[in-house]
Amino acid sequence: MEILKIENVSLRYQTDEAETEALRDVNLTIDEGEFVAIIGPSGCGKTTILTLISGLMKPTAGTIYLDGKVIDKPVGDIGYMLQRDHLFAWRTILSNALLGLELQKKKTPETIEYTTALIDKYGLGDFKKAYPRQLSGGMRQRAALIRTLAYRPKILLLDEPFSALDYQTRLSVCDDVHNIIKSEKKTALLVTHDISEAISLADRIIVLSARPATVKSVYTPQIEGTPLRRREHESFSRWFDVIYKDVST
Amino acid sequence: MKKTLTLREKYLLDKRNQKIKILAIQIAVLVIFFGLWELLAQTEVIDSFVTSCPSRMIKTLKLLVRQDLFRHVGITLLECICGFVIATVLGTAIAVLLWWSKTLRRVLEPYIVVLNSLPKIALGPVIIIWMGAGYQAIIMMTVLICIIVTIMSVLAGFLECDEDKILLMRSMGANKFQILWKLILPSSLPNLISVLKINVGLSWVGVIMGEYLVSSAGLGYLIIYGGQVFKLDLVMTSTLILCLLAALMYLSVAAVERHLKRTR
Repeated sequence: MEILKIENVSLRYQTDEAETEALRDVNLTIDEGEFVAIIGPSGCGKTTILTLISGLMKPTAGTIYLDGKVIDKPVGDIGYMLQRDHLFAWRTILSNALLGLELQKKKTPETIEYTTALIDKYGLGDFKKAYPRQLSGGMRQRAALIRTLAYRPKILLLDEPFSALDYQTRLSVCDDVHNIIKSEKKTALLVTHDISEAISLADRIIVLSARPATVKSVYTPQIEGTPLRRREHESFSRWFDVIYKDVST
Repeated sequence: MKKTLTLREKYLLDKRNQKIKILAIQIAVLVIFFGLWELLAQTEVIDSFVTSCPSRMIKTLKLLVRQDLFRHVGITLLECICGFVIATVLGTAIAVLLWWSKTLRRVLEPYIVVLNSLPKIALGPVIIIWMGAGYQAIIMMTVLICIIVTIMSVLAGFLECDEDKILLMRSMGANKFQILWKLILPSSLPNLISVLKINVGLSWVGVIMGEYLVSSAGLGYLIIYGGQVFKLDLVMTSTLILCLLAALMYLSVAAVERHLKRTR
């Protein structure tokens, strides 16, 4: 079932210096439970698409539907995950995880229990009362993911969520995040400039052109398994080559 | 029997000795300063009529305690704390308003800059005429001196907040009030504390300036009065008490800071 639909979306934004055409006629649909990655040359407006989906900015033309409803302002139906975890230093891990519920006034015994269960399930049970600074980078990013899952968003938007981590941690957090998203049956849209990350995580990869960005091509590698397994798959490097050539021309 | 120390024990011991050494030197500086002052006065190298000296200051202090020292100290302290609290609370509230409305912020920016560079003492006559020659005028002077700096530094702290954190809150559906209450205020708490520290110093400046202008009691009054009748003993003693009070107030803010750091 279709959960997100981006229809003929264009965006021009104004600065004092000039008008910039960031997106031109972008069309994209995502099915429920799908993991989609968007890659493209740097500065092509990948992040802009996420900002539009979250309702923080309005497209100049075209419409975005989330679960059949038009998005024109932030309503808290999406879960944003950014490069840095942005956990609040003055809150415990549990209290950080409850932030979204608190803001949406949905903090009930039932939702608190759900959040606590998520924390336990994904290995942070001993750190509920700990503060973010007591956790490693990988654990913090996991906590940030749980924070977005706690209020049950319809779609997760991941904006280069691993790029601030060192290589070793990145591989394991990548596995973690993939595992959590798949077992919670969440829909996710990942924005990245890292081609191998896109292949190892996504069911479908969308390549954007340079600015003004438009959908250039779509790939479905159909490699199964966890991100680490996928990286070892014999067709991995072949896909990498194909997409690499596509992105850089 | 002499026990050999481990590297760790030796490190800790060295560190403690270092601390003791610093403290000892600090005390020695104080003792030497007052000792030398007393000695030079006793041997009449300096004229203690003009410079006063520790023994005369102690005598003055005893006399003051028997008279009405505590009334003077109490009045000054009360004025200072009133000014400090009003300026901090009001200044923070104004900073919140300016954070809330970008238009208001841009409109008021030049006025704040001008008010900041204006020497507030120039407003003295106006304050006296408007507020009357009493404690209200002194508190007003204190508030005026503290509030502009408070607004500017608190606002700067608010605006320093990470844009991505605000984006994150908004994507979760947060309204502006929630962003203020759950993100902006807690994240600028360290900054608020440093503003408190600055205000401790400034509010003393304000109170003493105010008391110089209009007053019939208080430490500033004692200093001015002592100067006018050429009683340097009174001036020096009052100044020293002022030093102690200011230090005490600073230390209590520092204690609040330590407490907050521990609970976060």
